[in-house]
Amino acid sequence: MRRSRKPLTNQHNATAYAFLLPWLIGFFCLTLGPMLYSLYLSLTKYNLLTAPKWTGFSNYIEIFKEDETFSNSMWLTIKYVFLSVPLRLVFALLIAIVLNKGIRALGVYRTIYYIPSLLGGSVAIAIVWRQIFDGNGLVNQMLSWFGISGPSWISHPSYIIYTIISLSVWQFGSAMVIFLAGLKQVPADLYEAAQVDGANKVRQFFRITLPILTPVIFFNLVMSIINSFQAFTPAFVIGDGRGGPLDATMFYTLYLYMKGFSYFDMGYASALAWIMLLVIGIFTAIIFVTSKYWVFYGDSKEGR
Amino acid sequence: MLQMKKMNGFTKHTLIIVFGIAMLYPVLWLISSSFKPNELIFTESGLWSSSFTLENYVNGWRGFQGIAFGKFFANSWLISILSVLGNVITCSFAAFAFARLNFKFQKIWFAMMLVTIMLPYHVTLVPQYVIYSELHWVNTYFPLVLPKWLAHDSFFILMMVQFIRGIPRELDESATIDGCNQRQIYFRMIMPLLVPALISAAIFTFIWSWDDFFSQMIYLSDIKLFTVQLGIRALFDPSGQSDWGALLAMSTLSLLPITLIFFVFQRYFLDGIATTGLK
Repeated sequence: MRRSRKPLTNQHNATAYAFLLPWLIGFFCLTLGPMLYSLYLSLTKYNLLTAPKWTGFSNYIEIFKEDETFSNSMWLTIKYVFLSVPLRLVFALLIAIVLNKGIRALGVYRTIYYIPSLLGGSVAIAIVWRQIFDGNGLVNQMLSWFGISGPSWISHPSYIIYTIISLSVWQFGSAMVIFLAGLKQVPADLYEAAQVDGANKVRQFFRITLPILTPVIFFNLVMSIINSFQAFTPAFVIGDGRGGPLDATMFYTLYLYMKGFSYFDMGYASALAWIMLLVIGIFTAIIFVTSKYWVFYGDSKEGR
Repeated sequence: MLQMKKMNGFTKHTLIIVFGIAMLYPVLWLISSSFKPNELIFTESGLWSSSFTLENYVNGWRGFQGIAFGKFFANSWLISILSVLGNVITCSFAAFAFARLNFKFQKIWFAMMLVTIMLPYHVTLVPQYVIYSELHWVNTYFPLVLPKWLAHDSFFILMMVQFIRGIPRELDESATIDGCNQRQIYFRMIMPLLVPALISAAIFTFIWSWDDFFSQMIYLSDIKLFTVQLGIRALFDPSGQSDWGALLAMSTLSLLPITLIFFVFQRYFLDGIATTGLK
């Protein structure tokens, strides 16, 4: 296609670069330049007031050898990602399937279930969350109906992470909307054929619905993992803003923020950022590489 | 048989509604508590209150350190609207170039654009802060708004590229025959057809800018420049000494603009998520 239009190519250059100009400036000044600069800063000591001082790999060595907060916050973040992302997606898929079967008032339900995703990123909801998981908050009041006396979820170092995870799972609505759209693409005749062959509902789900949804699941998985690694507001507001109690809310981004903007150790913060980039990159790469075994791109049957 | 089916349908709807209300309970609690007198907020657990007051809103709106909360709302609106305009204009420009024009190094730039979508914000955070502080732009709105005018949120570019690819190329060709150049094709033809995608991008940009607590916290420390999110965070004291009534009242108000925009543009919004996979 492009090759056959070769004569036009030259005519477009000037116009195209004019349209692309804002993005190009942004790419060099806000992305590429800063990335290289941050790589350089990660090899220095820099406090914003005096010039960066070259220290080689000492930041990285310190991070891996001596910094316990680093490893704690990394594990905490990984735990958060690996519990909240699958739970959110499973919830989203389940509810989408329940809502999908030609149900009346779908629009209304879709809206109701989307509202948490709409509001969940705000400071206001994080504060509400803190309150309903507090010692005498809503959650424990409900538990007391069943004779269970719950702990104060937000002041106990081993439970507060689940408070933050629940806030993330609560926002399953956006993934659900995407799944609903994916479910619409499943051709009805596939189910009819399966019914004729005597396949029950469960079998139909695993043999038809799930395979056809795998591209959507793949996309959701990649984007949720990348976003969840960067979670900040819930940890900052539900915890005490300094990682407490006992570093139980010291998410990776919060640690990076504190190193850079509370202690003004900008070189160290840059090194932390590059490690984060590598970790996210590794997880994304794993999903991409394994995707050919579990993501099903139906070319002939599905497309219409 | 039919009776049975109806029954099942009824149970199913009931379950969906009950679960939906349970989901919304935190939001409903927030709204109802904001109208309760301070001493009842944590003692009375039901949504329906025995006494109703607007005092929290009056107290909250007064703000703190001599700055009314209305000022924070005005600041947030300003940042969000400038961000929306920037994103919609510059991202659609870039998307048009990628989707419709042929130019040198097109593939490389496009690949770069895709990579930046997945890049975590934190990798560029420190250098960006250094640059902005060298320019003396800390405690201004430039660090929050300027990136939007440089099409920094590449996600929207990709979304619009996909939308433009859905517009038949024959339209371009007939416009060319009618004597339109590429610039006119964009402004007279592509842009009007792109409106649904532009609206989706506008809504998401608005919500994300409104809620963008992290950048606002880093770049704004002057109380006169505070946004709604920062104002709420300042009212909130994690050790428990907050004026809860005022805090919850202002929290309720902070959710209002997003909710209104959502309900007005709901159709574009949910379809936009469904077709592009936006959060």
